[in-house]
Amino acid sequence: MFSKFFRSNQKTFGILALLVVVVLVTSFIDVRFRNQETLMNIARYTGLFGVLAIGAAIVIVTGGIDLSMGALIALTGVMFPMLLMEGTPFFNEPASVPVAFAVIVAVSLLVGLIHGLLITRLNLQPFLVTLCGLFIYRGIAKTIAKDQTQGFLDEFGGLKILAKGKLFAVEGGFSGIPYPFIFLLILAALASVFLHRTVWGRHLMALGRNEQAARFSGIPVDRMKIFAYMLCSLIAGLGGALFVMDTNAASPSSFGQSYELYAIAGAVLGGCSLRGGECLAAGVVCGAALVQVSSTAVLFLGVSDTSKFTVIGCFILAGVIADEMLRRLAARRRAMEKAV
Amino acid sequence: MAALLSAKGLHKRFMGVHALNNVSADFFSGEVVAVMGENGAGKSTLMKAIAGVHKPEEGSIEWEGQAVDISDVRVAGALGIAFIHQELNLSDNLSVAANVFLGREPQTFGFFKQGEMTRRTQQLLDDLGVDFKPDTPVSELSIGHQQMVEIAKALSQDARLLIMDEPTSSLSQRETEKLFKLVRELKARGLCIVFISHRMAEVDELADRVIVLRDGKNSGELAKTEITRERIVSLMVGRDLKVPDKTAGLPGEVMLEVSQLRTPRFPGSEVSFTLRAGEVVGMAGLVGAGRTELARALFGIDQALSGTVTVEGRPLVAKTPRDAIRAGLALVPEDRKQQGIILEMAIRDNIAMAGLDKFQTAGFARDGDITATSNEMRTRLNIRTTDVFKAVGELSGGNQQKVAIAKWLVLAPRVFLLDEPTRGVDVGAKSEIYSVVEKLAEEGAAVLFISSELEEILRISDRVLVMHEGRLAGELDRAAMSEESIMRLATGTQH
Repeated sequence: MFSKFFRSNQKTFGILALLVVVVLVTSFIDVRFRNQETLMNIARYTGLFGVLAIGAAIVIVTGGIDLSMGALIALTGVMFPMLLMEGTPFFNEPASVPVAFAVIVAVSLLVGLIHGLLITRLNLQPFLVTLCGLFIYRGIAKTIAKDQTQGFLDEFGGLKILAKGKLFAVEGGFSGIPYPFIFLLILAALASVFLHRTVWGRHLMALGRNEQAARFSGIPVDRMKIFAYMLCSLIAGLGGALFVMDTNAASPSSFGQSYELYAIAGAVLGGCSLRGGECLAAGVVCGAALVQVSSTAVLFLGVSDTSKFTVIGCFILAGVIADEMLRRLAARRRAMEKAV
Repeated sequence: MAALLSAKGLHKRFMGVHALNNVSADFFSGEVVAVMGENGAGKSTLMKAIAGVHKPEEGSIEWEGQAVDISDVRVAGALGIAFIHQELNLSDNLSVAANVFLGREPQTFGFFKQGEMTRRTQQLLDDLGVDFKPDTPVSELSIGHQQMVEIAKALSQDARLLIMDEPTSSLSQRETEKLFKLVRELKARGLCIVFISHRMAEVDELADRVIVLRDGKNSGELAKTEITRERIVSLMVGRDLKVPDKTAGLPGEVMLEVSQLRTPRFPGSEVSFTLRAGEVVGMAGLVGAGRTELARALFGIDQALSGTVTVEGRPLVAKTPRDAIRAGLALVPEDRKQQGIILEMAIRDNIAMAGLDKFQTAGFARDGDITATSNEMRTRLNIRTTDVFKAVGELSGGNQQKVAIAKWLVLAPRVFLLDEPTRGVDVGAKSEIYSVVEKLAEEGAAVLFISSELEEILRISDRVLVMHEGRLAGELDRAAMSEESIMRLATGTQH
């Protein structure tokens, strides 16, 4: 029983082990890393980026990709403070918090719907559709914000707790678990149940690997795909709101830049295959954590900020290579077993 | 008795091609119907129209006497029509049970019931008499077993009309026998089974009735007692097919010598044989006997574990196909569309692909030479096309295969390895491929002809090598070869 559980989650255990090793080695080399403040900060960023990775994973499961997540984050990231501070285009007064959220949800779902329709009805490639989206949403963000940074100033302190607050904090003791990390755990649990226990998740998995088989089995393939893109955009859009609450202000030209790539890296490190049909939510959480841990760790290990990206890129590449090696090893072992 | 399904006057056009031109057919419960015809005759289109994949533009379909509109596969499924495609339609990342119930999972509030799915799948598998488990990933099953999963899936939705498109094209003899036994059982239960096939022997054995199509029209029907090879062929092609006697060639010097070769798939078996100039050597065996693996290892696609290979007396260590090609080998692979040719590219570009080195000056391709050579090949192999600039995908299967052979002729190889060269090719084109193969041998090449169809092995081979579970089970010369002697070696009943 346990061995079967282990086998089907092999990738997740692999990435978890790597995560633990990186944390331990960095802590050993630099004591400052062992600080709970540092670790909880990493947890907060893991939460923020992990949520995006889950969104990316849901689209990757269908065999697609969403490159527009970062641009959508910029769009909702500037819209959210604008709505709350200045108001909507039609009503020149600040919107209430529920209205602001509702607008962002609506915009995100619309974006996802458009992606889905273009990909399924016009049969365009997801890469191209979302690449165009990347330019368009960034452009819209710059236009509506008149290229000005949008922020909350000192207001909405209560709301910002969603991004900056911590649970179970003890005065002078435990620093508390950041809310974004808790959001991630909840979202990951939901995604896991959805992908592995519900009919719809199963259908996404099936169509991601063999679309024709799914179609001939009577699965509404187009509707499921549109749904996946809408879910991904919704997560990115709400992520934009969460990120801007964290940073307090967003510049339309740089906010969320290349976040989609962090999200995709997290999902792929976590065991999602870009061929579609393969994903474990727990793995994606570990993958997102690994991206954050390693980008913090390189700073502690004395790598200069200028070469940070080089090191992270090499690190992720090494992870992907190791995964491929393990896969080949397993395939060879299976072949040998069969031959005996 | 009213027909289970009755199609009347169906029409279907694809970009100007009249794929179905007033085709009618009746199917009754408790019978096995074979649908035959050359490639492009409209067999698959007819089946797809019935199964809701394509919608006919004109005509009507009745199900048990009631007019029905089969607008998509869901409607067909609900009526009780199941379609097993030639390229199997399974998600190989999912388990057997997940595939069987795909799209129809037993569920409560969207959560599927794993236990019930496993139990019901187990019942179906027991019913079919197969020994894999419901939770086995489909990626670990053989093609034959994957087909059983498709059949289990059809039965799980209470199918009454089961359509199979070339069900035996990638099955071994043993798997085929198992399938036929099952088809007879299903027929006894009152199902109607419709299958498309190119193989006369199996139509003869299995079908109660044969429907023959030609150029998108009904060409004729034969009842059980009327089925003969000649009648079917004349309905299919409207001309007589000559089956010439094979005169044994005069083998020349040794072209290929394989000694104690071990492939990664069968590390425990060594294979040794020789091929001589001017001979066609058949290689028979069940699917999975290691024939394709052997060809791949010889051609440098997979690495042999040990053993030596010499071509015209020179040792060959093929680490990549490039090494093998340089030594004078050519491989026409089993999976034509994936490995043999590039469907989207023009005929002439496919023909030039293997020998591009011959068509270049300082890195620039000499287009005039390529076109001229392609036209030469077109005449030599009788590739039927208006011009050589057409995409290969627009040709029929037989002509595609000729292109896959032509691309090697540019290099004038000494040894041809042909892996199932007539798979999915219609009767007329098959005999053309045989004459191409015979011509290659006459011109002095050595040919290894791998095939799962005994009929063609018997027809084309000067001698036969029979593989069984990775080793060479025996060799038969023209006098000793018969269906029986080959099958005995292939199934391991005789050593």
